[in-house]
Amino acid sequence: MACFVAPAAVAVVTTVVQRVVRKKEAATAGGRADVMVGKWTQRLRWLNTMLWGGSALLALEHVWHGEVVLRPPFLTAVETPGGVGSVFHEMLTYGLTMTAVVVAAWGIMVGVAELRSRATKLPDTASEVVSGER
Amino acid sequence: MWLLITAGAALTASVLWYLIRPRDRYRLGFLCLILWGATLMWLVDHVLAHIQEGGPFFEFSAEATALGLSVLVLGLLIWLARLSASHSRRALRAVFKR
Repeated sequence: MACFVAPAAVAVVTTVVQRVVRKKEAATAGGRADVMVGKWTQRLRWLNTMLWGGSALLALEHVWHGEVVLRPPFLTAVETPGGVGSVFHEMLTYGLTMTAVVVAAWGIMVGVAELRSRATKLPDTASEVVSGER
Repeated sequence: MWLLITAGAALTASVLWYLIRPRDRYRLGFLCLILWGATLMWLVDHVLAHIQEGGPFFEFSAEATALGLSVLVLGLLIWLARLSASHSRRALRAVFKR
């Protein structure tokens, strides 16, 4: 019915967060926000792409099944008596679970990326200490 | 069926992305993320619907296949739009730098 609305709503929030983080990272590095891409900007972009992309494809499926129409009120379930309640129920059950699973998958991706970046940094640090060039 | 088609496409895109990983000129990573996002969402949808309503987990029909292919086409269109936007932005930047 409207399960894709929950991840789309979360995507709006994470997109705003990404923009704020991007400006902060650019300011810290002393560069332009429209040119620089910081570590957390890139990682938040992964989450945004998964949430926006998934919501868009799910929206097409709902249009295909006639659950979403291109005229107000957009959700056909709302037109039936008691439909608003079932729409909210689906958003809170299906929608929030979908969002939680996508965020969890993103968390694993960030964890792996962090471990990999630490693993590649360690040999450099060790060689600097050994050579005594610091 | 659309879950299987999207999951298959996500897996294929991921393998391709892994093979050309050091230089992702075609932004396959972006396509992978779109497809994996949709796959995870539909997986949750299928599991919850199966628990609550029962019935077959996958729907095999011509309509379900057509929906799966349509979803795949939309995903590819979003990826192509993003790809062309980033390429034209890079080209414009190069022009203004001169």
